Amino acid sequence: MSGILNSSIGRKFAMALSALFLMIFVLQHFVINLFSVLSPDTFNEISHFMGTFWVIQYVIQPILIIGVIFHFVMGFVLEIKNNKANGVKYAKNNGAANSTWMSRNMIWSGGFILAFLIIHFIDFWIPEINTKYIVGDMSGMYNGEFRYFHELQEKFVPIWRVALYCVGFVFLALHLLHGFDSAFQSVGANNKYTKGLKGFGKAYAIIIPVGFIFIALFHHFNH
Amino acid sequence: MNLTLKIWRQKDSKAKGQMVDYKVTDISEHMSFLEMMDVLNEQLVNSGEEPVAFDHDCREGICGMCSMYINGEAHGPDRGVTTCQLHMRMFNDGDTITIEPFRAAAFPVIKDLVVDRMAFERIQQAGGYISVNTSGNTQDANSIPISKHAADEAMDAATCIGCGACVASCKNSSAMLFVGAKVSQYALLPQGQVEAADRVRNMVAQMDLEGFGNCTNTGACEVECPKGISLENIARMNREYLSATLKG
Repeated sequence: MSGILNSSIGRKFAMALSALFLMIFVLQHFVINLFSVLSPDTFNEISHFMGTFWVIQYVIQPILIIGVIFHFVMGFVLEIKNNKANGVKYAKNNGAANSTWMSRNMIWSGGFILAFLIIHFIDFWIPEINTKYIVGDMSGMYNGEFRYFHELQEKFVPIWRVALYCVGFVFLALHLLHGFDSAFQSVGANNKYTKGLKGFGKAYAIIIPVGFIFIALFHHFNH
Repeated sequence: MNLTLKIWRQKDSKAKGQMVDYKVTDISEHMSFLEMMDVLNEQLVNSGEEPVAFDHDCREGICGMCSMYINGEAHGPDRGVTTCQLHMRMFNDGDTITIEPFRAAAFPVIKDLVVDRMAFERIQQAGGYISVNTSGNTQDANSIPISKHAADEAMDAATCIGCGACVASCKNSSAMLFVGAKVSQYALLPQGQVEAADRVRNMVAQMDLEGFGNCTNTGACEVECPKGISLENIARMNREYLSATLKG
């Protein structure tokens, strides 16, 4: 594996695989969050299952964390390598004539997503790990009820956090607008299905972040 | 038309270059961009100045020598043409035109607008060929069945003239469209199959060694390519490379 990472195509391939994995994760995260709007009881049950089932906690969660770290680290490594490959900067460069803003600024949209992710971890993941593995309370209960839905609602009371999350999801949309079909191109999938895949990718890149924004706003205004 | 030209002047590969302004007058809209550059150089020679060095050869869009970055785009604002086929009718009277060499760490400037693109030659030498016995016993190519679709795709890939516009347009100075086209033109044909794994491994290794960047699929190369080489060739190269690497 380390051998393949020494080549430019190998690095592209690894970057794309981690991206595809993260896109599947984001989709399942969205579906679970959607239940917080549709059915709080179901949301609580799924959250408790996800937070306590050993396969998810001790196998999938570490893989996810490694995937996230890998994607970011590799993104920054590629950016440094690519900057090194450039010569003197052009006095005039008309990038908009041949490529999208999203495709030229993946490092910036990715950087903002990383900043958002750190805030998101501080808001949700670290308190969850503290409750379960430091305090040792695996019951998922508070005052005789599941605590997950209540905790989620509480987080979206301050408008500044809702605004911050909305900005984070806008950057996620910008990143996905290029990243979705770019990942398929990198693994060598460019064929008769590509046109349809690009359409699906655009829908995915807009629907998922807009959905997350809707969920954040819903809980803010329905507390 | 009368124009102001902002041109990159650099004495040699070691000198520090700079943009220099020039004025040209009475330029016909029917002139090619290189003919306009000829007018400028005649003007410079007549006034005892050093003419602007630029690459050119066939002036028919097939040799891949001309290599100017005009107003922020490789080969200028027109599509599907090289600089020699770019006509002055694409510009307006009074325009200021910025002219720079193709930029990439792997394409060092030799002088003014002339860059060293030997990195492409070395990539070709690493595997961009088939080892055919040419001693007189060569099999007639027409005796090998090839589907029309494969032949067309291979021919499309083979139209790459190796001008380097893909590298110049890429924000990462990636050469993957060029290498993808060269890998594809052989990978699609039965004659290229025998050495396919070694070819893609060696060409990609040489590409990385030359210091070209990584492809991030912006698609700028495909848009600026004067021969319309498709990104499908990069995807094919990726498949070929991964398959060759997995085979060991």
